Amino acid sequence: MSGGSLTLEGVRKEFDGVVAVEDFNLSVSPGEFVSFLGPSGCGKTTTLRMVAGLEQPSAGTIRLAGEDVTFAKPNERNIGMVFQSYALFPNMTISDNIGFGLRVRKQDKDDRKERVAELLDLIQLPDKGKSYPYELSGGQQQRVALARALAISPQLLLLDEPLSALDAKIRDELRSEIRRIQRQLNITTIYVTHDQEEALALSDRIVVMSKGQMEQVGEPFEIYNNPATGFVASFVGQLNRLPVTVIDPALGRLRVGQVEVRTTSLIESPKGAEVSLMMRPEEITLDAEEENVLEGRVEAVTFLGSIVRIQVAVDGGRLTADLFNERLLQLPVAGDATQISFPSHACWVMV
Amino acid sequence: MTILNAPTPSSLAPDEVIEAPVRRVHPLAWLILIGIGLYFFVPLILTFWWSLRAEKDVLGFEAYGRLFADANFWSSLAETVVDSIATIVLSLLIIVPTAFWVTLRLPKLRPAVEFVTLLPFVIPPVVLVLGILRLYARPPLLLTSTYGSSRLVLICIYAAISFPYMFRSVDTGLRAIDVRSLTEAAQTLGAGWATILGRVILPNIRVALLSGSLLTFAIVFGEYAIAVYMAQHTFGPFMANLTRSKVYEPAAMAIVAVAIVWVAMVMISYVTRPRDRR
Repeated sequence: MSGGSLTLEGVRKEFDGVVAVEDFNLSVSPGEFVSFLGPSGCGKTTTLRMVAGLEQPSAGTIRLAGEDVTFAKPNERNIGMVFQSYALFPNMTISDNIGFGLRVRKQDKDDRKERVAELLDLIQLPDKGKSYPYELSGGQQQRVALARALAISPQLLLLDEPLSALDAKIRDELRSEIRRIQRQLNITTIYVTHDQEEALALSDRIVVMSKGQMEQVGEPFEIYNNPATGFVASFVGQLNRLPVTVIDPALGRLRVGQVEVRTTSLIESPKGAEVSLMMRPEEITLDAEEENVLEGRVEAVTFLGSIVRIQVAVDGGRLTADLFNERLLQLPVAGDATQISFPSHACWVMV
Repeated sequence: MTILNAPTPSSLAPDEVIEAPVRRVHPLAWLILIGIGLYFFVPLILTFWWSLRAEKDVLGFEAYGRLFADANFWSSLAETVVDSIATIVLSLLIIVPTAFWVTLRLPKLRPAVEFVTLLPFVIPPVVLVLGILRLYARPPLLLTSTYGSSRLVLICIYAAISFPYMFRSVDTGLRAIDVRSLTEAAQTLGAGWATILGRVILPNIRVALLSGSLLTFAIVFGEYAIAVYMAQHTFGPFMANLTRSKVYEPAAMAIVAVAIVWVAMVMISYVTRPRDRR
């Protein structure tokens, strides 16, 4: 089994005059794992539902494996879908749930049985075939939902926030499980989530969406490190934003209060412009070792286990610094005067 | 009036059944309970006692024997049973797809649909039947010219009267499951509407369907006013007739009717009881 390609061209969706998705263009290669990431109401689920055929686009074309399926009914597309609420059929056993799509396709009973057993092995629940959905935990139910979607050998797998209803620990487990199965079957997958960590961990590419618009499409590393818009920068990961004044755009010189800092990234604003300097919390250190040094005062220290999050008030704003936990780390306390520093290549300017 | 107090289909998952804490019951509560018990059971018991007195100076089932020997009893019973089943089928055929579609696609219409299904409560049966006769007992819509066609009209009226019960039962059943997700899951797996309804939705609201059907059965079984106006020889009119000519048989027949409806009620509680698995 392997997936087909998926192409969306100029796809648009309106609900009673309100635009939910605007000019959505995307080409997904066979076997690729693409996430739609954004806050609720950004149009990611609507887009997924249009791909599934559960909503009809107001404009645009959707092609699955080269074939125009824009207005095909959901049961005429060869897709598998996993829902946030699992949506297992409560009246059927796990085996019957998994075999449902094959039964609808009138597949021979023995073949069906064989295929169901194969999938039960794939999701590592070989003994649960005769159980009913209510006898399984949430994580197990969602595995079954995944198997049910995969049973019909779909060209495309759609997952709509499949982990949102699960506990943190199960979520992590199932996340790697989904990725393992996706790689093993090499099936084209669209994954909808509002959880940036999930999207970063799973995806070959991420589509960040906001208010019905595509903000950025790229690989996780690129999205995180080179966010194209302010929205992407603030939605994906933690981000510091410090008001600065441009001194010399060509040399990357900026002023924070009375202190001068430098960035190696491009400044498009003219001299004297008031802009924002952006940097990730993990790029900031609590000493004067890096190129740009600021004086500040510790406001709060939050111990999160593997990292320690420290909030520092500096001239003109507040910065968050994430330090790795070490056994010998001397934790600062609120009220301490401190220096912070960050390299010039770690920060960039946004208007 | 037991009908109105009948259990609604249980939407509780088994684990939601909460054990009632052991409590002392207020003496007044006992008093009320006993009062209501007397109110319900004294007439029943007296009717039963009366029905046993057909033979002089002996208590026995003579009246029942005579009743069961009457061919008209059996024909009216059979007719009523057939009418009830036809009503149930018609009511299900109208209400299930309507409730399903309202739940799935037109949730905004629910209050309107609910109101329409409640109309039989607002309109007294006599008004309903006179209105219907006014429309259908004369050209151009003459549908009551033969006994058989009147019977069809009667079944249609009964179906309308069953709507409040049927809609509520089915609606409760549909609300207890995630209709939209289940439908969409089945759709993406390749199922058409018939498969979705037949294999996914209906089996999961089985209890609600049974409960609605049994309530409808109970209503049709005891209906008198409309049947009389439609000149139908069903159970209600037969019993009323019997009262005019016989002494003990009507009491026996009342007991039989109550027994049949009670059996239906017990069946409702049986099929809707909380179980290990739903």
